[in-house]
Amino acid sequence: MIRFLSRRIVSGILTLFAISGIMFFLFYVAPNDPAATIAGPQATNDQIDQVRERLGLNLPVLERYWIFLTGLFQGDLGYSFFNKEPVLDSLVRRLPETASLALGGIIVALVLGVTIGIGAARKPGTWQDKLGTTFVLTGLSVPTFVAGLLLLYVFFYLLTVMGFTFFPAAGYVPFSKNPLEWARHLILPWFTVGFVAAAIYARLVRSQLVSVMGEDYIRTARSKGLRENRVVYRHGMRNVLTPVVTQISLDFAVLMGGLVVTERIFGINGIGRLAIDSVNRGDQPVIIGAMLLASLFVVIASILVDIAYAMLDSRVRVK
Amino acid sequence: MMPESTLSSGTEADLDNDIPAKKGHPHKEIVARSPLQLVWTRLRQDPTAMVSAAVIVLVIISALAAPLIASWVGHGPDEQFRKEGLTPSGLPTGPSQEFPLGADNLGRDLFVRLIYGGQLSLIVAFVATVGALGIGTLVGMTAGFMRGKVDTVLTWLMDTTLSLPQLLFAISLVSLVGPSFGTTVIVIILFSWAPIARVVRGQTLSIREREFVEAARSLGASNWRIMRVDVLPNLIVPILVYGTLLIPQAIVFEATLSFLGLGVLPPTATWGNMLAAASTGSMYTVAWWMLVFPSAALLSVTLAFNLLGDSVRDALDPRQTLFARKRRIRKNGLAS
Repeated sequence: MIRFLSRRIVSGILTLFAISGIMFFLFYVAPNDPAATIAGPQATNDQIDQVRERLGLNLPVLERYWIFLTGLFQGDLGYSFFNKEPVLDSLVRRLPETASLALGGIIVALVLGVTIGIGAARKPGTWQDKLGTTFVLTGLSVPTFVAGLLLLYVFFYLLTVMGFTFFPAAGYVPFSKNPLEWARHLILPWFTVGFVAAAIYARLVRSQLVSVMGEDYIRTARSKGLRENRVVYRHGMRNVLTPVVTQISLDFAVLMGGLVVTERIFGINGIGRLAIDSVNRGDQPVIIGAMLLASLFVVIASILVDIAYAMLDSRVRVK
Repeated sequence: MMPESTLSSGTEADLDNDIPAKKGHPHKEIVARSPLQLVWTRLRQDPTAMVSAAVIVLVIISALAAPLIASWVGHGPDEQFRKEGLTPSGLPTGPSQEFPLGADNLGRDLFVRLIYGGQLSLIVAFVATVGALGIGTLVGMTAGFMRGKVDTVLTWLMDTTLSLPQLLFAISLVSLVGPSFGTTVIVIILFSWAPIARVVRGQTLSIREREFVEAARSLGASNWRIMRVDVLPNLIVPILVYGTLLIPQAIVFEATLSFLGLGVLPPTATWGNMLAAASTGSMYTVAWWMLVFPSAALLSVTLAFNLLGDSVRDALDPRQTLFARKRRIRKNGLAS
């Protein structure tokens, strides 16, 4: 297990290293000049040169990459071109909002997806199954931002017009300040993030469970006189969990995209919002920092999933 | 996802069609149906597939006829009608005879813009899908056929691409070169080729062990020739299925980028930036049509493509969906 784990961690670090390198050199070959952007449209060439020197952009590329790398290992991601704040600080400051959104989103996706998947699989061909299939197809087809806008329209606007105000349109209240308000502000965003992923899980659970329920050991369990609930949840679901866990790691990267869009729609000031703002003002260090942080999460998630996988399925450990 | 009952009734219907034909014309030659005809027969008996296809054809026709429709309505896609389309206080007017689906915040005709947006969506999706299929097939086939070190490197590339936070990476790429039509297409291709490459690689791995490949090699065929002549035709089915499922993904990707203001830029109409206009300043609270119609268009087109893709997959290989999965699981255990 330790060998398995250390191998996964090393390959994760290599991936992060590769991504940081790709990002850095992509920005180096990019046609736009950050110094000119920062100095403003009316700046003279002298001023632009000054800015370039101040930011260390005049150094040879390999030296810049070295500074970037050594900084990275010390947890220093550089300073924002825009407001000169350390990149790491502004990322960490916005982390709670993004993390609240992501965690809730995953939970909504899993609960909704697994429930619908099991419901559909227990009675294949019935109206419950058809309803589940409709949910899956809608979920797979609707873009996250459309889902968010429609939720906002129906649950915020239409309800408010009808005189029932419960869901706020936007904003974020820290958990430490008021947990209830925190949840109330995040319900709609959670469902926005979770909806698309829930469809993927529902489809996966349904197809896997339907085929598992046709296995001989399920027949045996039933003929022992076990209750149907026990057969489904204990015997059936055990074999469905492994593919579901694998899917979580694949979805994590997609989920990140959902966060960016959802933050923008619901006015949540998280990392995704920061990334878009930074793109709009050409703030390279922040863009690179946000990318690296997101990649770090993806890598960590995939390692955690691999561990869970190894715990669920002993065959993986042996290999 | 076609219900199993539809398929079995489909085969019965086939038989029914055949028998009276033979009775009526005893001398009629029995002609073998080509695989394509079989697929077409199955698809025609699937109502979901036919409805989805009808929706798609409708959108394609309206996209092709966009200039005609615009001149018929008398409103250009980017033309602003501040007098007719906006109320005195500057708010857009709702659906009326003049503006069938209402006007937007700048007094432009939503109906005409919706059709032009559809045109753009289809073009972006089509170009990106063809590009992604081309690259994915080439990379996957090379990896599966060459094996060894080439395979290791290419597989690592696929896995890394798949594990990247796509949208974040996409927006940082857009920040490098600036948003435009070309950037959008390239970004979509960049994040769509890997799943195809993975599927193609898996198929190639098994195809290259078949006898006909060995025969071709013993005749002195080069690697490139074997890949082109012997392997590629056997990959058409998965490529076709993935292609139809890739189109809605590309449409969604384009719409998302445009919504964030990082795709195709206004004033060019896209469904994404039309929805962005509806969302900025909560415009949708005074003009529901700005939100509802583009959402409905986007949703129905992606839904139609997804449904059609599922049906095409079932029609191309009905056994795969019904029996093969179960058998495969029995044989190899769930891990496969």
